[in-house]
Amino acid sequence: MTEHTHFVEIRHAQKSYGALEVLKDISLNVERGQIVGIIGSSGSGKSTLLRAINDLDPLTGGEVWLDGIQVNKSLPHRQYEKHINAMRQQIGMVFQHFNLFPHMTVRENVAMAPKLLKEISKEEANQLAAEQLDHVGMLERIDYYPSQLSGGQKQRVAIARALAMKPKLMLFDEATSALDPELVEEVNQVMKKLAEEHMTMIIVTHEMDFAASVCDRVLFMDKGVVVEEGPPEVVLENPSQKRTREFLRKHIEGAS
Amino acid sequence: MGLDFSIVPDYLDIILLGVAWTIGITVASALLSFVGGIFFAVIALYSPWIIRQPFRLIEWVFMGTPLLLQLFLIYFGLVQIGIDLPAFVAGIIGLGLHFAVYNSELIQTAILAVDKGQMEAARTLGLSRGEALRKVVVPQAVNAVIPPIGNNMIALLKDSALVSVIGVSELTLSAQRVIGKTYRPFEFYLVAAAFYYVINLCMEWVQRKIERRIAVSR
Repeated sequence: MTEHTHFVEIRHAQKSYGALEVLKDISLNVERGQIVGIIGSSGSGKSTLLRAINDLDPLTGGEVWLDGIQVNKSLPHRQYEKHINAMRQQIGMVFQHFNLFPHMTVRENVAMAPKLLKEISKEEANQLAAEQLDHVGMLERIDYYPSQLSGGQKQRVAIARALAMKPKLMLFDEATSALDPELVEEVNQVMKKLAEEHMTMIIVTHEMDFAASVCDRVLFMDKGVVVEEGPPEVVLENPSQKRTREFLRKHIEGAS
Repeated sequence: MGLDFSIVPDYLDIILLGVAWTIGITVASALLSFVGGIFFAVIALYSPWIIRQPFRLIEWVFMGTPLLLQLFLIYFGLVQIGIDLPAFVAGIIGLGLHFAVYNSELIQTAILAVDKGQMEAARTLGLSRGEALRKVVVPQAVNAVIPPIGNNMIALLKDSALVSVIGVSELTLSAQRVIGKTYRPFEFYLVAAAFYYVINLCMEWVQRKIERRIAVSR
């Protein structure tokens, strides 16, 4: 058996839908406390890769390991469900469209999963929710419903909801793509705060400036492969690959 | 002989007892139809094929045959196989299951309409499929179907008059009994109609209250 010395280890990830191969033999290591950004055009497979890490989109080949445990190990159905639910508690995820629970208040959104899955009382769960909401600057909206919040506020609550499970790893799937431009910054600030606290994060993003400022490493993906990988100042400013340069040029043109 | 309502107060106690029975049976069957509707909907959408089949048969029986026949079957039919239910219990089961099947159709549609991201977000937090359904998906579906379910419940109130044929002294049967003593059908049927109307108004009021409460959470 191979040693697994990295905190997050993706080995030969492969995924196809019939004849369409969306991930082609991708390997990626992330160390504890590292922040890795994944960029690329839509359809490049970057979200699929992210969603494979917590098995939301299961791989058709390859392995995902977190802290020495294989996330997508093959087990009989019932055992696998138990295993994956336990693994997912350790992997927080933030979605482009927030996916807050509209029938619950902000407090309930954050407290629900800890109350249900961890052995803590209702009071402790509510206390935990208040702490996490305070952390993202949303404490004063604790009794609101999601429909009463702005997009940026919703995303901050969604981050608090993920953090309340005390995850080892946070996944961000284009967390600011659905936001009005003036609301992006408040969410970026929260993510920067997490970075300063050494949370391990994998971030799929369209924002090159943000990637440059928080990521330790950036991956550029195209057509299901990692084309280029390295520190942000290299990948984003001095890319060696032609495809990376083209993508960045188009991206800058699109943004301006 | 014209209309004369002056004798109504003499028999009001019988009528009011009928009103109480009608309300009791309606509320109990409404609750059964609601819980049963959720149960049938989850079975229909998420259980394995082999479990679904007996429920499909139940659904077919309750949707495809007259409610009156269903009440006869439950009250008179089950006695033959040793299940002797009191008339009001048979009535509640019949009405409750009949409308549970209709509620189930509504709830199934609403469950399928809940955004896929809701299930994903719940699963990502570590909830099992069942927990995600119970905490996240089904409550949203139920909120969405409160108005049409309210309409079903008004229909249930009206159909509760059918349990008079198996001898439950609800409002309609009480009116008939008073008419048997007084020979005043027009007056007492009108009185019964007025009480149905009042109960109806109360139900609509409760429904509006519930709708207002859930409006903010959508």
